[in-house]
Amino acid sequence: MNAPRATDRRVLAGILALGVVAILVGGAFAGLAVEAARDWSGAVSAFDPYLMRVARFTLWQAVLSTLLAVVPALFVARALARQAHFPGRALILRLFALPLALPAIVVALGVLALLGRAGIFADFLSAIGGGRWQGIYGLSGILVAHVFFNLPLAARLFLLALETVPADQLRLAGQLGMGARSSFRFVEWPVLRAALPGVAGLVFMLCITSFTIVLTLGGGPRATTLEVAIYQALRFDFDPARAVALTVLQIVLTAVVVILLMRVGANMSGDANLQVAARVPVSTSGTEKAFNFLLIAAALAFVAGPMAATVIAGLGADLARLAADPAVHQAILTSLVLAALSAFLCVALSTALVMARRAMELKRPAGKTPGIVEKALDTGASFVLVVPPIVVGAGWFILLRQTGQVFAIAPVMVVAVNAVMAMPFAIRAIRPAHDAASARHEKLCAALGISGLARLRLVDWPTLRRPLGTATAFAMALSLGDLGVIALFGSDAVQTLPYLLLARMGAYRTADAAGLALFLGILCLVLMLVADRTGKARG
Amino acid sequence: MRSGAAIGLESVTFSYGETPMRFDFALPASSIAAVMGPSGSGKSTLLNLIAGFEKPASGRIRIGGEDVTELAPARRPVSMVFQENNLFAHLDVFSNVGLGRSPSLALSGDDRADVTEALARVGLEGKERRLPRELSGGERQRVALARVLVRKRPVLLLDEPFASLGPALRQEMLDLLRELHAEQGMTVLMVTHHPEDARAIAGKVVFLEDGTVTAVGDTPAFFSDAGPKSFRRYIGR
Repeated sequence: MNAPRATDRRVLAGILALGVVAILVGGAFAGLAVEAARDWSGAVSAFDPYLMRVARFTLWQAVLSTLLAVVPALFVARALARQAHFPGRALILRLFALPLALPAIVVALGVLALLGRAGIFADFLSAIGGGRWQGIYGLSGILVAHVFFNLPLAARLFLLALETVPADQLRLAGQLGMGARSSFRFVEWPVLRAALPGVAGLVFMLCITSFTIVLTLGGGPRATTLEVAIYQALRFDFDPARAVALTVLQIVLTAVVVILLMRVGANMSGDANLQVAARVPVSTSGTEKAFNFLLIAAALAFVAGPMAATVIAGLGADLARLAADPAVHQAILTSLVLAALSAFLCVALSTALVMARRAMELKRPAGKTPGIVEKALDTGASFVLVVPPIVVGAGWFILLRQTGQVFAIAPVMVVAVNAVMAMPFAIRAIRPAHDAASARHEKLCAALGISGLARLRLVDWPTLRRPLGTATAFAMALSLGDLGVIALFGSDAVQTLPYLLLARMGAYRTADAAGLALFLGILCLVLMLVADRTGKARG
Repeated sequence: MRSGAAIGLESVTFSYGETPMRFDFALPASSIAAVMGPSGSGKSTLLNLIAGFEKPASGRIRIGGEDVTELAPARRPVSMVFQENNLFAHLDVFSNVGLGRSPSLALSGDDRADVTEALARVGLEGKERRLPRELSGGERQRVALARVLVRKRPVLLLDEPFASLGPALRQEMLDLLRELHAEQGMTVLMVTHHPEDARAIAGKVVFLEDGTVTAVGDTPAFFSDAGPKSFRRYIGR
């Protein structure tokens, strides 16, 4: 058909990108396989009651976190959808987007600053609990942090789903005199129910693979998940056989969950944000209004609390001394360089996959089902959700263990693993814009003969700038805040900001940790803001 | 007057999903033909085949006597105007028209003069720097026609180009199209659902049913009582 050479180049680039992902994941699996073959009995005997207890806890905390985040989110989203116009609504929605940009370790410190043994609420909690408040460690701490992350995320996704309700349907509901109850039943619930498996699945996956929160807030062996156990087996017990057993279990667990989710039709990588017309104001009764605002206020307090606590605790630290600390400078520089490289790699790989998939879709005759390569380009990247960073890191750690180069390879691992881990999110940002632009432009470009560099300059770049900026910022923030890979590979030679933060926490230099958390949080937020602005400047 | 090119489809077959299609007909150079037929009868597919967006399973497509079956869309002597998405939303009117002259927007002084002249010809003088979203639907289609003018291709394909415009605006656009045809003499194939479009400008009607051309003829004959039965049933007479 049209411009076959350009199309082939796009597909080739996509296959290359897929190859990079495959090498990264494959190398990790190779490391696990080699170790398992070397010490087969060790790996098998590692499946002991302790390991089973860890697995049970991993599932249990994820189930609870999902329930506590998703169920309230349904109602918060509904409240926000029904109160479509009130001052501060846009601000609240922006605030709800912040947790995703915040590194987990910052949030963990925020939760501790609020509810920890010496937290802001400690005195209050001691007073109502009777006896000294012991601080929020263990399961409750993990749950609070997970809900902090995922409730706003789920609420925003549900709100997005609710906004797909056609305006005429809302007008009709109003005309038929539907109250809150019947409009929930006939208008809102069908949309929410359709979105529910996807949202719950995403939250569940995020919770089952959550590392940093459990590492910092989980208390001891009673509240440990598989990922934290992998880390401990490798960094403290030097027990690769146990790490292999734990990793295999983690992979099986996440794979089973993903397969189940795909069965119920959840889309793990997320889909296009539908464009929506202006909201039709829904008339709500006085009681419903009060209930809605109460709900929104409660969610707001829950989300704003740890953030405010992070700021307050951070300001309490000796910021001037921290700012002059060479170790901090070094860590910030290392973090920024690694995160920038990681973001660049992530966006390049993601764009290649997106373009290749679309090119293959266009080449495919109508009505024919996609072939295996196109399917791999389509969902290949979302499978990295099954292999969390710790698992990939653990595999490579074990593989490289004998070479003695484990810590030298740290920067490469941090860049590569974080890049690949951010790919599902980057693809989610890039693909809808790219495919929509392609649908509008493909014929026109073919008709006018616009291809190659001219097409990149005149058509693709202007339409993709904004999503590319968003993806870059997101990938960079994700990489900047990551503690998973660096926890495994970090050393005195290569320290990122989160690693330094963890080290200060471990040394009970709590004020330092709070100050660093403030630095890190601000860094990530500024990044998001700047990218958002530059993306919007010309659209 | 520049001249158009004759169009010929020789035993062209194409299958779109379940429906097999077969086209076998010819149009003389510089004619205007209205392509009509029920939904799903293959009107857009026919245009896409001529433009090169779809590739036939077998058969040849000739334009001006030349076999263009294997040519990429941009290399065919054809311009096409779609119902929507004729313009790049992020480029201004001038650039959108300029792309018709150079796909990398490398425009010479003469090219620029031609673009300005074409825009004036379609009544968009002074709107060169506007973005498509700042134009009305009718104006956007005028930009598309201005690009057709600078491309100077002997065949013009229009796929329901004015379907989303109101009656008065559609009449205006038809008048403009007729004038452009009088000046450039290109062969025009226009998909339309409106019998009055055909009567207003088309000398010929190409009637499609179930993926094949069932009748080609002069417009007055088609609309007379002696017109093809199926066509008269389609327009409701």
